[in-house]
Amino acid sequence: MRVAVHYLPIVLIVIVWEAVSRFGIVPTRSLPSLTSVVNAWIELVASGEMLANAAASIWRGGAGLAIAILVGASLGIAMAWWRPLRMLVNPMVEALYPLPKSALIPVTALWLGFGDASKILLIFLACMLPVTLGAFNGARGCEHVMVWSARALGAGRLRVLWDVVVPSALPELLNGIRTALALSFILLVSSELIASRNGLGYLIGSLGEAGVYDAMFAAVLTVAFLGFISDRVFQRFSQWVLRWRA
Amino acid sequence: MARLSVLPFLALLIVWEAVARSGLFTAFVLPSASTVLLRIWADGATGELFIHLGVTLYRALVGFLIAAALGILLGLIITRVALVRWFFEPIISIGFPMPKIVFLPIVTLWLGFDDTLKITMVVVDAAFPVVTATIAGVAGVEKELTWSARSLGANERQMVREVLFPAALPQIMTGLQVALPVALIVCVVAEMLTGGKGLGGAMLGASRVADSPGIFAGIVEIAVAGYVLVQGMSAIRSKVLAWHPEALPPATV
Repeated sequence: MRVAVHYLPIVLIVIVWEAVSRFGIVPTRSLPSLTSVVNAWIELVASGEMLANAAASIWRGGAGLAIAILVGASLGIAMAWWRPLRMLVNPMVEALYPLPKSALIPVTALWLGFGDASKILLIFLACMLPVTLGAFNGARGCEHVMVWSARALGAGRLRVLWDVVVPSALPELLNGIRTALALSFILLVSSELIASRNGLGYLIGSLGEAGVYDAMFAAVLTVAFLGFISDRVFQRFSQWVLRWRA
Repeated sequence: MARLSVLPFLALLIVWEAVARSGLFTAFVLPSASTVLLRIWADGATGELFIHLGVTLYRALVGFLIAAALGILLGLIITRVALVRWFFEPIISIGFPMPKIVFLPIVTLWLGFDDTLKITMVVVDAAFPVVTATIAGVAGVEKELTWSARSLGANERQMVREVLFPAALPQIMTGLQVALPVALIVCVVAEMLTGGKGLGGAMLGASRVADSPGIFAGIVEIAVAGYVLVQGMSAIRSKVLAWHPEALPPATV
């Protein structure tokens, strides 16, 4: 019951959408009715178009993000751990961090063309920064007392790194990854809309150009929903990982 | 806090120039920093740079200001009026994590391709962090403050204007600091997707003709614009919050 009341506004919006489109208050050209969008969605799935393009997008996003997390987390923790590396890398991270990441789209297309590789590189480059910074800030915030205690108890440097520094960097690292996740969706969809031959962004663009607006709405809502769901799942995952922090 | 440090940029330029000159990559893949800087200089001399820069900054900043005003106002109302809170809470919790740029093709159907489209996209994207920061800020105001104000006879209007808003201001500023880079990212993407004037459109044009110095010039221009805006915002923060004992560095996306 509480859930129903909570999500009622969404239901209301959907009803207004259907009504506005049904009764011809706005032309179906600019707002296809919900029912026609749902039908178009079922058709896209049945024809296999949705799944094929979604698979392409998820592969690109997943691969780029995975490399970004791996490299970014290692780099961030290494920066906190080893001073010379910090002095070398930190100025560059600082200079590049405020860069609106979307500016990288044309470069990666220039380097690697319109295929998978350019998108994976784009997402890797853009998502690495928030992950690096999260890992760096988290590892740097690790309390010295903890490190000293572990050392005093006879833990080696690597042991301290793995058992003390990495766990205490986790909350901020996971925060950085969450930012990266959101960023990866934005960049993936935009780069696929701009320069691609498949993927969900391409699907939206090509349906729009063909004037099949109900299917375009279906694809747009699918991507929005995927972005929402992946954030929720990641939050659950973070809570699970951090369950030791009462 | 608001020091426009050139050192990181200098370091980056030197590394870039060195890598470009090492012959590891062709000049097409990685034009040298000096080539790109000369290109920016040339674009500046013809005035083209300032047209694109001006258009982009205009869209991003107007969108940001509207998002800031709307976001703070909506956030304050949400914390005070139960009905408004009930309506917007699920919309915000679902809308915030969505990649809102994906709605651009739909909004294009409604608004066409001009400034209104880009500014609308910026407003939609940048408003979310401001609203959530405002709500969180007001929720974190100490109860003693509101109780005291209430017992001193403050009405609803005075409560919001003289107690809740100032007390929530540090968090609101943080929300604005998150929203500003978002505004620039969205503006540049929207320009790339629709073409025309602006830094994003100019970069898209350069990539169409495989003009690699032009693309890199665009990146540098957008990077500098982003850096100056972010630093400017944190300068405004320390000015506005001069009274507040805070030592936290600004959070940015």
